[in-house]
Amino acid sequence: MQELGLAEQGSLRVTPDGENRIVIEKDLSSEEMILNMGPQHPSTHGVLRLECRTDGEVVVEAEPYLGYLHRCFEKHAEMTDYPGIVPYVDRMDYLAAMNSDFAYAIAVEKLLDIEIPRRVEFMRVIVSELNRVASHLVAIGTYAIDLGAFTPFLFCFRDREHIMNLLEWVSGARMLYNYILVGGVSHDFPKGFSERTGEFVDYFRPKAVELQKLLTENEIFVKRTKGIGMMPADVAINYGWSGPMLRGSGVEWDLRRADGYSVYPELDFEIPVPDGRFSDIGDSLSRHLVRAMEMEQSLNIIEQCLDKMPSPEGFDPRAAIPKRIRPRAGEVYGRAENPRGELGFYIVSDGKSTKPLRCKARSSCFVNLSAMKELSQGQLIPDLVAIIGSIDIVLGEIDR
Amino acid sequence: MDNESHMSEHQEETPASSPQVEAAKTVWAIVREKFADAVSPLDENPSMPFFEVLDTDAWLDIALFLRDNPKLRFNYMACLSGMDYPDEGKLGIVCNLESLGEHGHTIAVKVKCARDGGVIPSVARVWKTAEWHEREAYDMYGMTFGSHPDMRRILCPEDWEGFPLRKDYQVQESYHGIRVPY
Repeated sequence: MQELGLAEQGSLRVTPDGENRIVIEKDLSSEEMILNMGPQHPSTHGVLRLECRTDGEVVVEAEPYLGYLHRCFEKHAEMTDYPGIVPYVDRMDYLAAMNSDFAYAIAVEKLLDIEIPRRVEFMRVIVSELNRVASHLVAIGTYAIDLGAFTPFLFCFRDREHIMNLLEWVSGARMLYNYILVGGVSHDFPKGFSERTGEFVDYFRPKAVELQKLLTENEIFVKRTKGIGMMPADVAINYGWSGPMLRGSGVEWDLRRADGYSVYPELDFEIPVPDGRFSDIGDSLSRHLVRAMEMEQSLNIIEQCLDKMPSPEGFDPRAAIPKRIRPRAGEVYGRAENPRGELGFYIVSDGKSTKPLRCKARSSCFVNLSAMKELSQGQLIPDLVAIIGSIDIVLGEIDR
Repeated sequence: MDNESHMSEHQEETPASSPQVEAAKTVWAIVREKFADAVSPLDENPSMPFFEVLDTDAWLDIALFLRDNPKLRFNYMACLSGMDYPDEGKLGIVCNLESLGEHGHTIAVKVKCARDGGVIPSVARVWKTAEWHEREAYDMYGMTFGSHPDMRRILCPEDWEGFPLRKDYQVQESYHGIRVPY
């Protein structure tokens, strides 16, 4: 038989199947094809190119190519004074600008030795938790749309709009706030803001449950994500994963608890990790679940902050902001929990200049995405979309 | 508001040594015992205690030791930043390490190399985080990383001239017919 001869070369598989019958499977691994996904592709959530080596429908390896949005943040930072860097920081992770500003403020303040007014700390936590919910809503909504579910996307954006309105009210901008400044915040909450935020929390609680029902208990969604893109905890740590990505692998590690910055140690909140009931720990569904559960915790945090926040009487949000920000000579690595993980700033000051000698941003998605090559191996092309979506990348932060 | 008066006020309140510095001292003592003069004395600054690897070739061994020694267990690399030290005529990297979920301590390590043609051993096989961060450091500063699995530029285009974050960087006049300085 000629075909049995071919089988020895590895391009055919022949297996006996019952009496006088054999099954011949033709192997299609003869030719590899390069498939470029991106730079303009909806499922890459920005301008990212994945160069996939494919074998039929199977991805042998996907190599990310970055830099399409590179704007030399770090070079600009060396030529800008400390308060002037904040707007650049806004534009890194444009979906969570408050959280990014917060991380930057924390880093610079470590070199300044100023005491931040207590009310400012609560205000910072409230706006960043609101922004975290908004960011997770985008992550969940777009993830659903990647996997073919359109309705959750509309629900997410409807509710995100309320947060955008709140943050616009407080800062004047919808996405790039320049609100959390080094040493304080730019304005006090407007009159009635706290009440409206409280109303939003009450409004959003049942909506979050509804969203869970619509998506997490949706069989199609679960089938597309469960067991896809598995990442064991130790490998995740070695890759430097953080935030919902790392917690999706079952590691209960959150900078809000681990570093205990700002007023987080006073607040009562849980760090959700998947328990393996709905998902396989470390898969794409786990990462999605962590985001969904985190939104609820953020609501808890906002509620507690609204209760505990000192009254605005005689309060000046700019009281602790130095006129000239000139940190003492030294270096610092300051970081905070961004919706996408650990956002850190390595800042070097010479003690004389009002501009940093070096300002390096440790981007959370940059690190999270670096595992893409390994995650993609042997996956189907549609699963690749599910994996990228679960990483929740923002290219503005990756390329800086 | 005067910055200096704030600083002096605060310095009186701060205790002589924070827990972070104390932990760094312990870590440094263990590394020093093993590698002796290959590492510098610990810089006990309160914001980011660090030591420097003086023998650049020993960096990979030190990295492995930092990760695998049961008393250290720095399993998580938070950040790797490239640096330019024009006064010393050197380039370098600063690594922020953390023992995640085990000891919880942190430390920073600096490694330096010559400004022209300098090579630092790659630790991409020790912490996978380093793979892309080392590519970024190469992209921005131009030092290479020995035995790095994939030493290419990452953010700038492959045919970009010069290394943008060096202090003496001069931007190229044009790139594929596009005027670059604006």
